[in-house]
Amino acid sequence: MKRHFLSTRLWHWINLISVVILFMSGLNISNAHRYLYWGQWGFSPEQAWLAVPRFPGWATIPNYYSLAGARDWHILAAWPFALGLLFMWIAMLINRHFWRDLRTNRREWRPKAIWSDIISHLKLNFDHGPGKYNFLQKMAYGSVMGVILPGMIFSGLAISPGFESAAPWLVDAFGGRQSARSIHFIFAWAIFAFMVLHVALVLLSGPIGQMRDMITGGKA
Amino acid sequence: MKRRALLAGMGALFVGACSKVADSKVGSSLMSAAEDWHRKAHRALSNRTALVREYAKSDLSPYFRGNGSVTVDTDEYRQHVADGFANWRLEVGGMVAIPMSLSMENLRRLPQRTQITRHDCVEGWSAIGEWTGPKLSTILEAAGVSEEANFILFRCADTLSGQEYYESVDMVDALHPQTIVAHQLNGANLPIKNGAPLRMRIEKQLGYKHPKYLTAIEAVASLDDIGLGQGGYWEDRYGYQWYAGI
Repeated sequence: MKRHFLSTRLWHWINLISVVILFMSGLNISNAHRYLYWGQWGFSPEQAWLAVPRFPGWATIPNYYSLAGARDWHILAAWPFALGLLFMWIAMLINRHFWRDLRTNRREWRPKAIWSDIISHLKLNFDHGPGKYNFLQKMAYGSVMGVILPGMIFSGLAISPGFESAAPWLVDAFGGRQSARSIHFIFAWAIFAFMVLHVALVLLSGPIGQMRDMITGGKA
Repeated sequence: MKRRALLAGMGALFVGACSKVADSKVGSSLMSAAEDWHRKAHRALSNRTALVREYAKSDLSPYFRGNGSVTVDTDEYRQHVADGFANWRLEVGGMVAIPMSLSMENLRRLPQRTQITRHDCVEGWSAIGEWTGPKLSTILEAAGVSEEANFILFRCADTLSGQEYYESVDMVDALHPQTIVAHQLNGANLPIKNGAPLRMRIEKQLGYKHPKYLTAIEAVASLDDIGLGQGGYWEDRYGYQWYAGI
């Protein structure tokens, strides 16, 4: 029995590449109109709830302003991102990774248990049972896998005018097309924040072993 | 410091690799294939004639932004403005049985459709407006469009960077019930900045597919010999996606 399933490892790296391309091309797309709105419409600064800073070339794909070029990358990487997540969810439900490792139980929701989990995180104590996540890890991975990543796909679809007639309720579920665009932007930064935390914790918990296990599978 | 240099180096390598991929034949054909998959998925997931959302008057945005060309800088156009577009003609040609030259009066006499829809610009913004005009399908049927026509081409009076603006859609979007030749916005004649006297509404696609200052509609079998062959001004000049439903 390996520490990480093959499906987990495959998805992890495909998803990393997809997310990096989507995020950096997304910053280029953001530069085309740097204002975010709530509701269905919005087109000028005085209607905006947020004026987004211009992202520099080193942070974007391509590394110069090109809305058309960035959209090419975004449109391409959306496929491995969306289909990859679908694949991962199916695999996770079948191989029991979800039921065994990500699902929380009632005991873990007790304030005392959550508190002791926070304390052991702050002490950088990574010594918990193999293959098992503690409560904060379950929360982090669960909300990313279950809310943020699917939320990126659904808000992306809601922004697409060609998709709207397939599921008009989707745009309404976000509270309008410009709301969906705002949520797309906020969730993109939530993924970025997760990645920073994730990489930091990998670095603190023995990066060589962690990387090796995510490639070879490691031992349970 | 070393680590930062390493990270910057890795970043540069990644971005460099990206531009190599984008410029390569495989990369660019993969990207146009991905665009095509989106179009096919959109069409597979909804009925071809399924309507986009129509809004109530209370949803109208306070005004409708003009973008791209906001006028036509020719004496001819200025004369049309002075004449109230009384002499504007819309040519209907290409692969049709009966080529036509329609006046504004002809277009106003056709059955009209009024729709309050959301306009989404490729840049990211949206505005809601009420558009009125005859359906493009009514005009194409009257002209007897050929079975062999695959695309409808839109010619315009305006130029951007010295190039004539044009656009094209396939027959699915051309015959869509909400595809209209609009001559009114919010109950009044089209303002100049929004394409007076005629602009297309292609409601399932982004704003650059809705050409303004419309002068001619042509049915064609292929887009290869038109402009630079990519099907539109932004597609030819800057590599924008021909299918702009994404």
